[in-house]
Amino acid sequence: MRALFAGLPPRALVVLVIVAALLLGAPLMVDAYVLSVLILCLYFAYTGQAWNIMMGFAGQLSLGHSLYVGLGAYAAAALFVHFSVNPWLGALAAIAICTAAGLVIGFLAFRFGIAGVYFAILTIAFSEFTRIGFDHWTWLGGSGGFFLPVKERGVTDLATLRGPPVMFYYAILALTVGALALSRLLLASRLGYYWRAIREDEEAAQALGIDTFRYKMIAVGLSAAMTSLAGVFFAFYYNNLFPEQIFSMGRSIEIILGPIIGGLGTLAGPIVGAFVLTPLADGITEIMQLLGIDTPGVKQVFYGVCLLLVVVFLPHGIWPAIARRLGFAPH
Amino acid sequence: MNQTTHPRSPKRRRMLQAAAGSAALSTIGFPAIVRGQASTLNVGVLLPVSGVQAFIGQSCKYGADVAPAVLAEMGYGSNIRLIHADTETNVDVARSRAEKLINDGAQVLVGPFDSGAAAAIAQVAEQKGVPFVINIAAAPQITEQGYKFTFRNFPTSPELVRNGLALMRDLFQATSTAPRTAVFMHVNDTFGQANRKAIDAILPRLDFLPFKVVDTISYDPATKDLSVEVAKAKSANPDFLMVVSRLNDAILLRREMVKQRWNPMGVISPGSPGMYEAQFYNALGKLSEYCISNVPWYDPKAALTRRIEAQMAKQFPKEKLMFHALNVGYTFEAILVAADAFKRAKTADPKALAEAIRQTDIKERMMLGGPIKFNAKGQVEGNQSAAIQNLNLRPTVVLPASAAESKPVFPVPEYKRA
Amino acid sequence: MPLPLDLVANVVVAGLLAGLVYGLAALGLSVIFGVVRVVNFAHGEMMTAAMYLAIVLVGLTGLDPLVAAVPVGAILFVFGYALQRGLINPFVTRPEHTQFMLLVAIAIILVNVQLMVFGPNARNVQVDYALDSFEIGPLIVDKVRVYAAAAAVLAAASLFAFFRRTLVGKSIRACADNYLGAQVVGLNVKRLYALTFGIGAACVGAAGCMLLLLVDVTPVQGPAYTLLAFIIVIVGGMGSLTGALAAGVIIGMSEALAGLLIAPSAKSMVTFAILILVLLFRPQGLLGRAG
Repeated sequence: MRALFAGLPPRALVVLVIVAALLLGAPLMVDAYVLSVLILCLYFAYTGQAWNIMMGFAGQLSLGHSLYVGLGAYAAAALFVHFSVNPWLGALAAIAICTAAGLVIGFLAFRFGIAGVYFAILTIAFSEFTRIGFDHWTWLGGSGGFFLPVKERGVTDLATLRGPPVMFYYAILALTVGALALSRLLLASRLGYYWRAIREDEEAAQALGIDTFRYKMIAVGLSAAMTSLAGVFFAFYYNNLFPEQIFSMGRSIEIILGPIIGGLGTLAGPIVGAFVLTPLADGITEIMQLLGIDTPGVKQVFYGVCLLLVVVFLPHGIWPAIARRLGFAPH
Repeated sequence: MNQTTHPRSPKRRRMLQAAAGSAALSTIGFPAIVRGQASTLNVGVLLPVSGVQAFIGQSCKYGADVAPAVLAEMGYGSNIRLIHADTETNVDVARSRAEKLINDGAQVLVGPFDSGAAAAIAQVAEQKGVPFVINIAAAPQITEQGYKFTFRNFPTSPELVRNGLALMRDLFQATSTAPRTAVFMHVNDTFGQANRKAIDAILPRLDFLPFKVVDTISYDPATKDLSVEVAKAKSANPDFLMVVSRLNDAILLRREMVKQRWNPMGVISPGSPGMYEAQFYNALGKLSEYCISNVPWYDPKAALTRRIEAQMAKQFPKEKLMFHALNVGYTFEAILVAADAFKRAKTADPKALAEAIRQTDIKERMMLGGPIKFNAKGQVEGNQSAAIQNLNLRPTVVLPASAAESKPVFPVPEYKRA
Repeated sequence: MPLPLDLVANVVVAGLLAGLVYGLAALGLSVIFGVVRVVNFAHGEMMTAAMYLAIVLVGLTGLDPLVAAVPVGAILFVFGYALQRGLINPFVTRPEHTQFMLLVAIAIILVNVQLMVFGPNARNVQVDYALDSFEIGPLIVDKVRVYAAAAAVLAAASLFAFFRRTLVGKSIRACADNYLGAQVVGLNVKRLYALTFGIGAACVGAAGCMLLLLVDVTPVQGPAYTLLAFIIVIVGGMGSLTGALAAGVIIGMSEALAGLLIAPSAKSMVTFAILILVLLFRPQGLLGRAG
């Protein structure tokens, strides 16, 4: 536990405590709409963290991360609907399946020396391949969709994850905090140092005797496993799954927007990114409504322009820029 | 370019609404002031006006935009306020927009055309106890999942298919034909697969249809090229082509058929969009003739249809009702359901409205079929389909005979018996 | 069930012709990546923009879309040049994910501007010969496909000649081969990069005009084209012009055959399988250079 907070300046600790308190007490303070936005923020913060491990720490650009979300979601959902397995156990199956998938992709890529853009396209290929495959898998609903049964209002059943949004809020909050803690510990550990060495210069790392293959595989597997839980959450929060939505490239891009805009490779980056981008999208919609502009597409143009501005002027992301200003040591 | 603002809609009113909405947003934790006013009904309209389904969403929006004026004419009063929201063809956005609408005081939600978005919004509606009236969405599971606050005035895919197949029988009887073979082509997405499942289940059990399906060909909804699929279908040499498609692939399909010189007895859809839409005629001209779609449609002879048509001519002179028939009709009827419940419940309290909706029994309607009446699962049974044939570059009702504007043409003139 | 030969022949020919047009579209990407080393994830969106431009031009002047390929290509050239010079140049040396982010942002803007200006309905051009076909024995070959494919080959050939024969073309290839060396020799690399991006964009523009004969355009089709172009470029080999054309043909034909032999809705799976196999066993592509 001590290791989690070691090395943090006191100012950071104070900020952390305040943020934690706000987040814990949020459901009591905000209305349902803001809560649903917060859930989305946390969801993207969590998946961003998971992706960050693979890219930010180990330097492998994955553009097909929706594969793990989808596999995790369908695994848990199928077990729940067809075999009445509760989602907690289903999550274990999801983790197993996604880790296996990640390791397979990692193995194929690393053994054959695929890196950079080629690796990114490979991940897209697997994700798309799976999407079309699921479109044809009738046992899981095919492209017609897979629906989970819902309970009456007012029923809160943690065991089967049936309940009001507040329950889901705390679930995703717990996941995000867990991911953050895990990332912190890993980053400060030997594994973290190996990862950063690989990210900076893989050949040099190999020359130093680091087993790059092994550590890259760990990064991929861990990232996949963590992302699978996001999938489980998604399945039980939305109660319906469509392959063309959950495995889509659009979703993969959504996952990586947060970490890149927030700050790749940093701990707070994905979280900052998610909490900036998600309300930004909604905020632009509100402003458009205020101005009376309802031409479809305007909002997305502004969103694209915002992304462009951040990429051009803050090449390392938002968090490093803020951290420097606030005097925190950048990771 | 689609009209997104029109003379009737006071931008200022919209701005005031939006200002009230964002005021509600900023005073975190305080309930919106707008909610609770019994004299106004706030209807939240969720539609995909941007994103992949933009053209359908914008089409449905016409139905919503003409509603307040028509409802006032019909005696439902003029205090029905629409709050529009764009689902952007994205489930996350649909969900949070639904939450936002309820926050801003919407007492009933209407929309969203897409089954995935409908499922997401249904949950929000259930959580909040706000009634949700679905305008168009065919996935049967939505009214099977056990929601108490979700209502759907649109046939499920099994119903669509059953009605569609029955109309085929009527067609063959009316034209004294008895085709023996058919190829079934369908788009492989939510809609297409739901229809295929329904057809696979229902068709073998019907004994009043003379034909057998000799081949089933499914294709990717994003495909830009249907040459292989059409070649396959042509080589099976069926008497006619049965198709479930969307607009863009319907156009591609028809073009391929001409290019490959394939002229079966006809092209019939048991229940899918595409062949009766404006873009189909624009893109294909004379080649669009004679295609038949068995789809839910408005009754051309109904008084309410006339009213809607007139209102559309006033507000959207460039658009014709017949090219937006389904989208406008069902969106309007969804709002009609809300207005009718409001009138009977005499309050805009969402739970009371939901109760009133459960008692709905509207006989004067625009779409073909029995009265709008929801069963225990929130589904309207009895929505009927009509056979719509493309004649003279416009969608023409040819069956049932009671609502027909013209007689059906089958087989098509180019068909030559092999 | 044995497939009738004429069915197979027709399908394969159609796949071949379509593949040539896809190959031209991918050429633009190959040129850009091969030389500038920028991953252009806005490729498909540029193509739909070109298609809309063509529609406007054809509507105003009544030109045939294939003829319009020249002015559209020119406009896209200017756009590409400006984009590279103005926005993308600093990103050439930055890591891929940053490039990716930049181009994703550009793609989002492009798509939605198209949505705002042209609306969501599908648009197309009408040509007189749109539905004619040549009959050669049992084969029924679509006229537009033949013309489009011929135009694609012509465009590719001119590009090839440009890179082989002209001084500018050779300078560009020098930049691609050896960045440092090119600078040492005194080539204005920045300008050559912008030129290359412009040329790549022009290719995309021309391909868009040809594709317009075959399909309708909507604003949201961009990502699908981007992915297809990337697959073709990787299978053919980044930076190899003949590779892009060849891979386009291979993908076109294999998809067509897959559609015939397996369910047509699954034919993309074959394309992705080919991609995965090439990435694993010959990552430089079929005609690319190793290393």
